[in-house]
Amino acid sequence: MKIGVLALQGAFAEHIIMLSKLGVETAEVRLHAQLDDLDGLIIPGGESTTMGKLMVDFDLLEPIREFGLGHAIWGTCAGAILLSKDAHREQPLLHLMNITVERNAFGRQVDSFEADLNVEAFGIDNPFHAVFIRAPIIETISGDTKALVTLADGKIVAAQEGHLLATSFHPELTGDTRFHEYFLTLAKK
Amino acid sequence: MEEKKSTFAVKKGLAQMLKGGVIMDVVTPEHARIAEEAGACAVMALERVPADIRKDGGVARMSDPDMIAEIIETVSIPVMAKARIGHFVEAQVLQQLGVDYIDESEVLTPADNDYHIYKHDFDVPFVCGCRNLGEAMRRIGEGAAMIRTKGEAGTGDVVEAVYHARTVFGQIRRLQNMPIEEVMTFAKEIGAPFDVLMETRELGRMPVVNFAAGGIATPADAALMMQLGVDGVFVGSGIFKSGDPAKRADAIVKAVTHYDNPEMLAEISRNLGEAMVGINISTMPEEDKLAGRGW
Repeated sequence: MKIGVLALQGAFAEHIIMLSKLGVETAEVRLHAQLDDLDGLIIPGGESTTMGKLMVDFDLLEPIREFGLGHAIWGTCAGAILLSKDAHREQPLLHLMNITVERNAFGRQVDSFEADLNVEAFGIDNPFHAVFIRAPIIETISGDTKALVTLADGKIVAAQEGHLLATSFHPELTGDTRFHEYFLTLAKK
Repeated sequence: MEEKKSTFAVKKGLAQMLKGGVIMDVVTPEHARIAEEAGACAVMALERVPADIRKDGGVARMSDPDMIAEIIETVSIPVMAKARIGHFVEAQVLQQLGVDYIDESEVLTPADNDYHIYKHDFDVPFVCGCRNLGEAMRRIGEGAAMIRTKGEAGTGDVVEAVYHARTVFGQIRRLQNMPIEEVMTFAKEIGAPFDVLMETRELGRMPVVNFAAGGIATPADAALMMQLGVDGVFVGSGIFKSGDPAKRADAIVKAVTHYDNPEMLAEISRNLGEAMVGINISTMPEEDKLAGRGW
């Protein structure tokens, strides 16, 4: 199994470290030819406007969209924004998932936070410690998309649509590999 | 669910999201828009770019709050702003304005010749400059959640940025290779807090994100700093003092992404118009240098 991490900008090295801990072969993806032998792709946190622009400039937008039709993709934070079909702003998006997002939904950096989340898939007694950095929320889901994690006030912060996964928060920053393992099960299917 | 804000992980986390990116100095909302469209991962709002601070002289202070607020309104990417070294009230004002990061910067005139701001007291994260590992460790000890190795701002001459980055990385290599009983004396020699130094030794890198800053004027300069091992770059005067800022900003962003791909760098570097004129640092009087500010 080989998982690529989009390495245009952002916290791609952190994802590679997590995948290496799980013994997975990894590749940094900067050019579309680098998608060819991958079983899945992670779009990391970073700035979605920066990554979106570079995806257009280096002809990656359409190849990644096509890759996503048949392969697993996981977007964290900025990556989740890029997977969405609407972010209420003029910026290049992949339109792969039936989700709309609100960027910087919690406010500015001083409103960034850490919290323990209940993730049904991991069991109720095992909260997942999550870091939210100028995070988006998944504002609406439709079609076959299901909400994986919601906050106490009902805000959706993780969603899945088949082999596609979006999280508002950053499992690559905490050392807890459970979300990465979950993604690998999607990439195996 | 209990939410914890302004933890060190959250402060450091934003810098981790900026990695592999370019943070651009902007002096107007219009500049900020150009920077965002060119792919900047954040902007630094300030009143004058370092080249003009140099030219104009006088006391360089925190920027006008109205201008910072307008820039925050204009762009969706993080906005940073500079406070003078030791000027914790400028920092309080900037935090109140909602900036995402404060740069306690030697480019402005220092407000305190002995002490830096105690940055753990703030909710907003700070970035600080360094010329060597000891300076970096002291700033992290005070609470900086991001470090930039200093260059000589406003010159367009990358030589000092290279020198300070090489110094820091060389000292980290030495730290990793020395027997553990030598670390305390090394901490004493370089004036570094011992615990931060030990963490750096274990990680094989600083425990926070480390960008390069000062004197970066071309895509090749930016890629040079990346190949030396920094996590990203700040570009100040290099963009808006050049012939075609939008084009140059776009090219420097691309060069940081493809920093180790000479084929791409050759393509990216073509047809950019005039680079900023620049000042050769070897002919600059010692008292004109900014990088030496910081204690």
